[in-house]
Amino acid sequence: MLASGFNFLGPWLVVLDMSRTTTDASGSLDDVSTFEIVNREDFSDVTFLIEFRHPQMARAAKPGQFVIVLLDEHSERIPLTIADFDRDRGTVTLVIQAVGKTTKEMQIACCVGKTLFGVVGPMGVPSHIGDARKVICVGGGLGVAPVYPQARAFKEKGAYVIGVVGFRSEDLVFWRDKFESVCDEFIICTNDGSVGLKGMVTDGINLAIENHDDIDEVVAIGPPIMMKFSAEVTRPHNIKTMVSLNPIMVDGTGMCGGCRVTVDGKQQFACVDGPDFDGHKVDFDDLMNRLDRYVEEEKLAVKKWSKHCHQTYLQSQSLGFH
Amino acid sequence: MAKKTIRTIPQERTPIPVQDAAARVENFDEVALGYSLEDALNECKRCLLCPEPACVKACPVAIQIPDFIDAIAKGNYRAAYDQLSDANLMPAVCGRVCPQEDQCEGVCPVGETLEPVAIGRLERWLGDLAIEEGWAANPYRKPSDFKIGIIGSGPAGMACAADMAKAGCEVVVYEALHAPGGVLRYGIPEFRLPNHVIDAELSNLTKLGVQIECNTLVGRLFTIEQMRDEMGFDAVFVGTGAGSPKFMGIPGESLNGVLSANELLTRCNLMGAGNFPATDTPLGLGRSVAVIGSGNTAMDALRVSKRLGAEKVYCVYRRTEAECPARLEELEHAQEEGIEFHWLTAPVEIIDDGQGNVSAMRCIRMELGEPDESGRRRPVPIAGSEYEFETDMVIYAIGTNPNPIIGQTSKLKLNKWNYIETDETLATSMAGVYAGGDIVTGAATVILAMGAGRKAARSMKTYLGLRDSNAVYDAEPDGRIDSLFGIDAEEKNFVRVRLA
Repeated sequence: MLASGFNFLGPWLVVLDMSRTTTDASGSLDDVSTFEIVNREDFSDVTFLIEFRHPQMARAAKPGQFVIVLLDEHSERIPLTIADFDRDRGTVTLVIQAVGKTTKEMQIACCVGKTLFGVVGPMGVPSHIGDARKVICVGGGLGVAPVYPQARAFKEKGAYVIGVVGFRSEDLVFWRDKFESVCDEFIICTNDGSVGLKGMVTDGINLAIENHDDIDEVVAIGPPIMMKFSAEVTRPHNIKTMVSLNPIMVDGTGMCGGCRVTVDGKQQFACVDGPDFDGHKVDFDDLMNRLDRYVEEEKLAVKKWSKHCHQTYLQSQSLGFH
Repeated sequence: MAKKTIRTIPQERTPIPVQDAAARVENFDEVALGYSLEDALNECKRCLLCPEPACVKACPVAIQIPDFIDAIAKGNYRAAYDQLSDANLMPAVCGRVCPQEDQCEGVCPVGETLEPVAIGRLERWLGDLAIEEGWAANPYRKPSDFKIGIIGSGPAGMACAADMAKAGCEVVVYEALHAPGGVLRYGIPEFRLPNHVIDAELSNLTKLGVQIECNTLVGRLFTIEQMRDEMGFDAVFVGTGAGSPKFMGIPGESLNGVLSANELLTRCNLMGAGNFPATDTPLGLGRSVAVIGSGNTAMDALRVSKRLGAEKVYCVYRRTEAECPARLEELEHAQEEGIEFHWLTAPVEIIDDGQGNVSAMRCIRMELGEPDESGRRRPVPIAGSEYEFETDMVIYAIGTNPNPIIGQTSKLKLNKWNYIETDETLATSMAGVYAGGDIVTGAATVILAMGAGRKAARSMKTYLGLRDSNAVYDAEPDGRIDSLFGIDAEEKNFVRVRLA
């Protein structure tokens, strides 16, 4: 009974599944809606990149927007900020951290050639790439990828772009060359100091502000706690700071209200009013509380899934699949 | 045959079998089980077949009610279905969810002395029979070269799609979610409208050639302007629904455990959260659930919570039972299922358990004062009557605001409440673009949205220069020579001409 909900139970099942999808898809690769994965890169044991074909979406996507992904029919709808889009290739790129059950499943299942069950987007109001002459683009953790298109957009508009990105250590660093190609200055911060500045992204922001007294805007994307402290760093300097919020969502079209956030004392729906908001006005504590809504359920799902995977693995051993 | 009168027909309305209340709160199976053939034939006898039927005028999609009932009574079930599906391709849906007491059944002359004819139940019986038999409305269609885009696969969009497909147009329906049906899918629970019924009736549309594209958020993936100017659509219908849930702005609304009825229902109906962890979407249902509001959505939220195992389920409404806007049957069913109703009660604060979750709700008692502009007596708070009760989940079902996406991404003119502005033909400010349903009127019913979809389809046909098949039965004063019994010889795309 459970099996129907778990299509990707382990490596051997994935292989079977792959063969099915490739035969299904052959000859009928439609332009829009097959969501075929064309590229995958692994940055660490939890962070990975997928690039899927969707020419229409690649054409429409703008920095700051997000998509909702469904791995299979029984999956949760997962909102993910667009990390990159390539209009010539007709592809959209996402960077995913395998932290919950669905994202762990995606880590196993999302190989080149596989088609996703559904991807809808681009969603949300695109980031306003204004006339700022000098900007700091800050990315931490999962936010490193989605801040890249913003940095690129500012660069294309002729702004002086300072990139500040944070990782735990050198081996987790990715997209350094991509950032360097669009940033006039690039500061990597690592917790252990193995590369770049030792410290948090807030130290990087402080450094940039010390060196430049004419910063017009800061864009910060990452975990809520990082965005909160980034906004606190810029507040005394009165520098406009935009953050991209990542609350829990279901439909992503403004219909369920699950993603409501408190901004300037008022309730806003991050999916249709955002996801970008003025970081100095966002109630981050409220956001963090709401992000913890399903912590228990998430643990349960991961535990159950891991157990299932383990059993399936043992079963595959005894059946002589390896 | 002697003429039927109020004295010669069966006096009692044929009851519909329902699942026992104690059993049904444990499952998601349908509550009302539907008529048998015998029940249906018996109920058909109660229709007086009025020559000028009031029920047809009261039906938003103008189903020729006495005609289909007469056909059932004569045993011509297929003919009855053709008659019915000419006006409404989703009879099994509408028979279940329409507020018949305010429409056809509300004006039925039988109802003046007895209970009105159970038109809704007959419609459902016939719709179910058609699904069972695999009947599909398949009128002759003269292909036209027009391409029609429909935004939203809810009731308004589907009704419009059906009429345009019947007129021979190529129709593409865009849906933002991963499954079609709109509110029928994400909003109305299984025990009131099973998914297989939606699937069956939607498949009738695809048999008419309608293409449904899911995972497509119009406005963001492409705009209405692009549909018209670059993608080759000759006309566009916007039926995106109101959708955006309202909250009250009282303290404590951002606590965990406070959610909109839309979120609860979407998680359960669309995402299957009731089966978590077998499905991936959690719900986190409380042991005690308070639903604010008492419309149909509130009833659905209450009854879903009960079925998923909430021990206490409360309905909090600021007016009295008499003003309760829900369909009568839903309210009765909810009462039978042990929902606790707090009439004349309004919430004033949601209380934190100290860890960011709901622990209780503070309410104030109300009394009815002078009538307001809607004619209903306005509820007024009674000073000093505040009280608290424990609950760990609060669900808002107090209506919706218009969805902002179309307004953000197109130049369509909106009214001061941000609904799309249309004229009486449902034309918007943009040539060739029509709108209908909740995005024009604000939250209403499935059938009113379907009525709007059909109306927009008529206007679209006029705009495109297609003849409206419904016009055939109108008197033709010019006495056209190529018409037969008032039916235009050219007008073959008309179901009623086809012999069943």
